[in-house]
Amino acid sequence: MTEAPPYPQPRTCPYEPPPGYAEIGERGPILKVRLYDGREAWMITGYRESRELLTHPNLSSQRTHPNFPIVAPRFRSQIARTLALIAMDPPVHDTYRRYLNPHFSLKAVRRMRPELERIVKGYVDEILDHGPPADLVRLLAVPLPSLVICRHLGVPYEDHEFFQDSSGAVMLGTEEESATAAQNLVDYIDSLVADQVKNPTDGLLGTLVRERVATGDIGHDELVSIALVLLIAAHETTSSSLALGIITLLEHPDQLARLHAGPSLLPGAIEELLRYIATTDLVATRIAKGDIEIAGRTIRDGEPVLVSGTLANRDPAVHGDADVLDITRENPHHVTFGFGIHQCLGQNLARIELEVAFHELLTRIPTMRLAVDVADLPILGAGTVQRVLSLPVEW
Amino acid sequence: MKVTADRTRCMAAGHCAVTAPDVFDQADDGLVTVTDPTPPDPARADVLLAERLCPSRAVTVHDA
Repeated sequence: MTEAPPYPQPRTCPYEPPPGYAEIGERGPILKVRLYDGREAWMITGYRESRELLTHPNLSSQRTHPNFPIVAPRFRSQIARTLALIAMDPPVHDTYRRYLNPHFSLKAVRRMRPELERIVKGYVDEILDHGPPADLVRLLAVPLPSLVICRHLGVPYEDHEFFQDSSGAVMLGTEEESATAAQNLVDYIDSLVADQVKNPTDGLLGTLVRERVATGDIGHDELVSIALVLLIAAHETTSSSLALGIITLLEHPDQLARLHAGPSLLPGAIEELLRYIATTDLVATRIAKGDIEIAGRTIRDGEPVLVSGTLANRDPAVHGDADVLDITRENPHHVTFGFGIHQCLGQNLARIELEVAFHELLTRIPTMRLAVDVADLPILGAGTVQRVLSLPVEW
Repeated sequence: MKVTADRTRCMAAGHCAVTAPDVFDQADDGLVTVTDPTPPDPARADVLLAERLCPSRAVTVHDA
């Protein structure tokens, strides 16, 4: 029996799988991997098998289970183990999700487009005023998703830097930093919800106060936990997808030229970029609450299981030339937003943010290029959100 | 071809309404509605894709 390989592993290029994943992919679609704490977990690397697993009725997201796979120290905290929606199973998960669905539907996010365009235009104005080299992480990728989710929730604008910094620390800090940042966020949201209960405003928080808290469907603390998850989930993932997407396009000038020649290719290009860069690397951490037969193996009741988005998105069984970026790929299907009942609530908002941002950058800064070699971009993150700390570009 | 959607399973991801907008829509609650339960044959590929993309397996295509 071959030894279980370590997972996750750090990338050496921001948008390519770590070199060690090739062997893991070859041993897929299901194998055992070793986590940072020495424990082993099942790992699914196949696209079809990922979808099959993530719709299996015996799969659970209960992070308080003693065998739940912990993929990095920051996920040990009590807050991380009890996140609303993410760490929940039906029926409570489904009930919460139904409260939120109307506010993240296609129609709801399409209504936000004019405002998004104004916001992005402002950021690109700032980039042009700044002049080359300009850091797109600091000037666009970090502030944009932060501002958008704060506006959507109805969080005061003057607090959006606090949210930006705190949610970054929750996702990327050490165990202690992450727990402290999460507690700071909870404390702040707690006071925000208290204000909204007294005087609900037009944003999503105020709407949930009117529709769900006032009616007794959920309590104050439940709304705080829901708001925490919305803020954290909206920040880093979109921010990183934006930065990594830009780098990937700039590093594939043939694909970039096709996009310049045919702007209508943008939505398909974004799907392909989401597939290719697999921002979240691990798209699911779960525990079996009954036996699960998959790919000829049995995941036993109480065993931990992970899904590699990086590998499922490049599964040669479903994607021809899986390692090639092709913005007109006929089926750029991916599990970057997950699959099953937990599939990303904010995926349509994320897509529209990426679309508006890419469109504005391509149109107004068409000669943009990396100001440093891609190998010199500082990378952070293994196992969850892949991130670059800066992205200097010139034109 | 007959198309049904189970609103008790739907999680409002919206893939169906993007993939086959003449057949599916999202209601005010974000959940799926089937606007054309018997779509014409040219819509077949899109409708089958919508069924395959649905993350909560809410969409079903029944062959006549």
